[in-house]
Amino acid sequence: MHSVVCIKQVPDSAQIRVHPVTNTIMRQGVPAIINPYDLFALEQALRLKDRFGGTVTVVTMGPPQAEVALRKALSFGADEAILVSDRAFAGADTLATSCALASTIRQIRKNMPVDIVFTGKQTIDGDTAQVGPGIARRLDLQLLTYVSRILEVDHGARQIRVERRAEGGVQVLRTALPCLITMLEGTNEMRFGTMADMFRAARAELKVWDRLAAGIEDPSLVGLKGSPTVVGKVFAPKPRALRAEMIETATQEPKDLAVTLLAKLFTQHPRIERELARRAV
Amino acid sequence: MIEPAKKPARRKVELDPRFASYKGVWVFIENERGAVHPVSWELLGEGRKLADVLGVELAGVVMGPPGEATRGFCAEAFHHGADFCYLVQDEVLRDYRNEPYTKGLTDLVNACQPEILLLGATTLGRDLAGSVATTLATGLTADCTELAIDPESRCLAATRPTFGGSLLCTIMTQRHRPQMATVRPRVMAMPDRDSSRSGRIVEHPLGMVESSIVTKVLEYLPDNRQDQPQLVYADIIVAGGRGLKKPENFHRVWDLARVLGAEVGASRPVVQAGWVELDRQVGQSGKTVRPKLYIAAGISGAVQHRVGMQDSDVIIAINNDPNAPIFDFAHYGIVGNAMQILPALTEAFRAHLAQARKVG
Amino acid sequence: MAEKFDAIVVGAGPAGNAAAYTLAKGGLKVLQLERGEYPGSKNVQGAILYSDALERIIANFRDDAPLERHLIEQRVWILDDESYVGTTYRSAQFNQPPYNRYTIIRAHFDKWFSSRVQQAGALVICETTVNELLLDGKRVVGVRTDRQGGDIYADVVILADGVNSLLARKAGFHPEIKSKDVALAVKEIHFLPQETIESRFNIGEDEGVVIEMAGKISQGMMGTGFLYTNKESITLGIGCMLSDFKCQRTTPYALLEKMKAHPAIRPLIEGGEMKEYAAHLIPEGGYDAVPPIYGEGWLIAGDAGMFVNGLHREGSNLAMTTGQTAARTVLDLAAAGKPFSAKNLARYRERLDDSFVMKDLKKYRRAPEIFHDNSQFFTTYPELLNRAAHTLIRVDGVDKKTKEREIRRNFVARRSAWGLIGDAFKMWRAFE
Ligand SMILES: Cc1cc2nc3c(=O)[nH]c(=O)nc-3n(C[C@H](O)[C@H](O)[C@H](O)COP(=O)(O)OP(=O)(O)OC[C@H]3O[C@@H](n4cnc5c(N)ncnc54)[C@H](O)[C@@H]3O)c2cc1C
Ligand SMILES: Cc1cc2nc3c(=O)[nH]c(=O)nc-3n(C[C@H](O)[C@H](O)[C@H](O)COP(=O)(O)OP(=O)(O)OC[C@H]3O[C@@H](n4cnc5c(N)ncnc54)[C@H](O)[C@@H]3O)c2cc1C
Ligand SMILES: Nc1ncnc2c1ncn2[C@@H]1O[C@H](COP(=O)(O)O)[C@@H](O)[C@H]1O
Repeated sequence: MHSVVCIKQVPDSAQIRVHPVTNTIMRQGVPAIINPYDLFALEQALRLKDRFGGTVTVVTMGPPQAEVALRKALSFGADEAILVSDRAFAGADTLATSCALASTIRQIRKNMPVDIVFTGKQTIDGDTAQVGPGIARRLDLQLLTYVSRILEVDHGARQIRVERRAEGGVQVLRTALPCLITMLEGTNEMRFGTMADMFRAARAELKVWDRLAAGIEDPSLVGLKGSPTVVGKVFAPKPRALRAEMIETATQEPKDLAVTLLAKLFTQHPRIERELARRAV
Repeated sequence: MIEPAKKPARRKVELDPRFASYKGVWVFIENERGAVHPVSWELLGEGRKLADVLGVELAGVVMGPPGEATRGFCAEAFHHGADFCYLVQDEVLRDYRNEPYTKGLTDLVNACQPEILLLGATTLGRDLAGSVATTLATGLTADCTELAIDPESRCLAATRPTFGGSLLCTIMTQRHRPQMATVRPRVMAMPDRDSSRSGRIVEHPLGMVESSIVTKVLEYLPDNRQDQPQLVYADIIVAGGRGLKKPENFHRVWDLARVLGAEVGASRPVVQAGWVELDRQVGQSGKTVRPKLYIAAGISGAVQHRVGMQDSDVIIAINNDPNAPIFDFAHYGIVGNAMQILPALTEAFRAHLAQARKVG
Repeated sequence: MAEKFDAIVVGAGPAGNAAAYTLAKGGLKVLQLERGEYPGSKNVQGAILYSDALERIIANFRDDAPLERHLIEQRVWILDDESYVGTTYRSAQFNQPPYNRYTIIRAHFDKWFSSRVQQAGALVICETTVNELLLDGKRVVGVRTDRQGGDIYADVVILADGVNSLLARKAGFHPEIKSKDVALAVKEIHFLPQETIESRFNIGEDEGVVIEMAGKISQGMMGTGFLYTNKESITLGIGCMLSDFKCQRTTPYALLEKMKAHPAIRPLIEGGEMKEYAAHLIPEGGYDAVPPIYGEGWLIAGDAGMFVNGLHREGSNLAMTTGQTAARTVLDLAAAGKPFSAKNLARYRERLDDSFVMKDLKKYRRAPEIFHDNSQFFTTYPELLNRAAHTLIRVDGVDKKTKEREIRRNFVARRSAWGLIGDAFKMWRAFE
């Protein structure tokens, strides 16, 4: 069983601030983390390895600092880590990203066939949920998005059965290996690596692949050049013109405030009063 | 990754002449198990505006199993603003699967050449859009909150949140066609339904047989609607935030919701602390809602929460901090302790409704 | 098979980093363990770095260490409820490199320090907590971490695990710390645009200000408040003795809220975005509270050894110096081929006794108890001082002599003449 897990290093967006005057991102001190959604994918891959044996390879495309994310993945128990890093990859949108990652995986499987490619459901910075489907398409893998559970892997018959979250229900799907799975969040909990894994991760020599090592001959397919979307203006959400009408009463007693609010609400929005009345009967 | 400020918009890129003939706005009409996802109608409303600006036609794309139901979705699309519909009917399209739907939609695009293609940012729409855009090697802007036509280039200017929702950015696909975008449910307004409208149906074959499709649907387990929060399409929502301090205090939100027959929503910290289910989170990384009435108690109004509820018809905010940002965009504000105001409101609504019932 | 190192350092704060760096540079095979996600992740942000101690470890640290601002101005404020009396010292000399004091953000600084430790050759492993020391009789032979297969062996272990020093206590090396020996400090960091900070504090780019505060903000407890300017943020906080919090029944958070609302402080942080709130203990027991700091195969450095000069708000420098000194002691023994016995490691304590670390702690050894037993220093005096200033400065037709008399009367009325003399004596003793 050989799984490749795509992880991305992202700024911890909970800690990003916007400069109030210039509207630019204040990145100072914003820690970089593994995209939290990707951890569900990684843990699932590790569980398959626990069950069937084999190898888990983690891949990330990013700047040299992204090595931290890979080391962390190794400390959870991944076996191999590849950092795909090249100036030419900068400014990639989802199409260009999936191109670079798909090509990387093609190189990986030259050495060892890949059974399942895992990605997270989406990233917290790009937030598109498109890279996974993009990779699947390029590698002609069966695509299973939003998988909540792997029910069965039949290695001999090269088949897999999964539960997939759909709108309004769960699909039970069967498909052939190799396939690409985007893992749903909250479906497992990342393990606590062993001391031996910590040592291995701390000492590991990571593989760093540049564009050519990743098998991309044509630089116009990746990075900014390979991205059909163009980012124009970046701006802060515009404030609403009007501030709230503040409810005040002489007493400021909760009861009086509530009654005053209702009176105002129902006079100015009779529709809401009707809606409520309709529900009440 | 997008680096604002440092990277100004690149110089204008001309449209590749290969795509010169691409015309018209399309909306993918998402239907599963006999029902259309309402986001498709919202997109038709938005698509109508784009098509009118461009002076082109608006088409719906309906794919599904053969039968009256599927065909009926075309008529419904006309009622919501489509000029005509493409209809792809095939037994293999009965359940959603990536492979046949990707093939169907890509073939249709290649054959009929639209300039804009919109899909809902649902599990289905995101699954399909990524595959289709990659196959077509075109740009896709996900999870947009605003769509417009750039007057200069006549390109689709798709605006979406970036950096965890603190900023917005406008993205264009200048060289390639179609320009694809996904939009989350409830971000766009539901257009008025006009049952007098009709249009023509253009049928296309899928050209695929079941035996060539690798992935099989073995079973479909519908969610039990009763115990799932139906936040997205709720008309009235009472939402609570960290200002309620303790999980024990959250019952005050439930109490008011019960009296109003409302759904309960929450801000992210409340969900993360496990006071309520994930499905109740409103905002950037939760649900987008557009109720007639949204009551927010103990919620500061951070931009990530705001983007999920700012289009509610009426927003009432209760917060003990008069400077809380939520008062900048709520319609009514009460400065006070939510622990006391909520029960008072519950009582006042209960009394009012009892009165209404007597009169009614 | 369990791993074996020459030395293990527990903790990646200033003390642990100084120790691990020095050991690795000295050629030993070093493992450093840190429970936080990364070095600095558990550390309360925003602090003052005193260059001297670091310079002695990494001479060229200014080349790439993440420093916020160098301090050019020090204010000391004695606060009443709505006013303060204060002094300001600002000097162009502080603007002459090499600078003496900097504000830093610990999370960045510790990370940087750790990268230097790794470059020096130490193996650094984070997110791993040492649960206990492995003992062979009385001799420490390694550590047990919280991970599966977590026993690791070493010839010597340096404990730089911070204020609680749970490990040493668990092993019975020193007793439970007393609540009168630790202060509980809370801190917040408020983000503001760089230009706003510079105009509010009248400083140029890279220049910084520190305000030390005492008086009624601590509500009679022994404690002080502080405020520093970072590049794009302001750190402020307040600390009081843990034992005082226990009797006063107030919370540090309430104290900080009140402090922020003070009319002299509020405008300085106005419009800022509060990002981080954190509480942390500071060991302030002083000289007499320093526990045994070495034994068979082990040494203690930094906060774990109570090495903090509370009055001068020095901690990280003592931590670095003790960490470096501990490491040097180990290196000397290793070079001489001597075992890490308690007898040989006693040299560590001797070295510290000869350094500023113990000398300073000794100088102020009486300060904690004096302040502790005389709450008037934190209540009556600030009030009287502020009232005196007000009386003197206000122009209202009363002649100055009468004003002076009134001030004197006020002092004696609130505290007897003997009390005043006694307090002056105590102050002198505390700082003597
Ligand atoms: C990538 C990203 C995605 C995010 N997605 C979401 C999302 O989808 N949804 C979301 O909600 N957030 C989201 N957030 C988090 C968001 O930034 C805010 O942190 C969050 O909305 C704050 O929740 P809150 O208003 O409940 O809490 P707080 O900001 O802590 O506000 C509590 C409010 O309660 C008030 N209060 C306190 N006591 C009382 C009282 N007794 N009575 C009345 N009022 C009181 C306070 O004045 C304060 O305004 C996201 C953040 C990031 C970075
Ligand atoms: C509010 C406040 C303000 C301060 N201001 C200043 C100032 O301005 N200037 C100054 O010089 N000093 C200041 N100090 C004091 C200074 O922070 C400390 O003296 C200094 O951090 C001590 O360094 P240390 O390495 O001994 O401990 P720490 O910095 O506490 O580091 C200990 C490390 O060990 C780790 N650890 C603990 N237990 C374990 C375990 N079992 N296993 C693995 N790892 C473990 C911890 O995670 C931590 O990273 C301040 C302190 C506080 C609380
Ligand atoms: N630069 C990258 N390197 C590796 N994997 C990535 C990268 N970008 C995206 N992915 C993977 O694709 C998934 C979806 O990303 P996105 O389309 O950006 O939401 C993520 O959860 C990752 O698994």
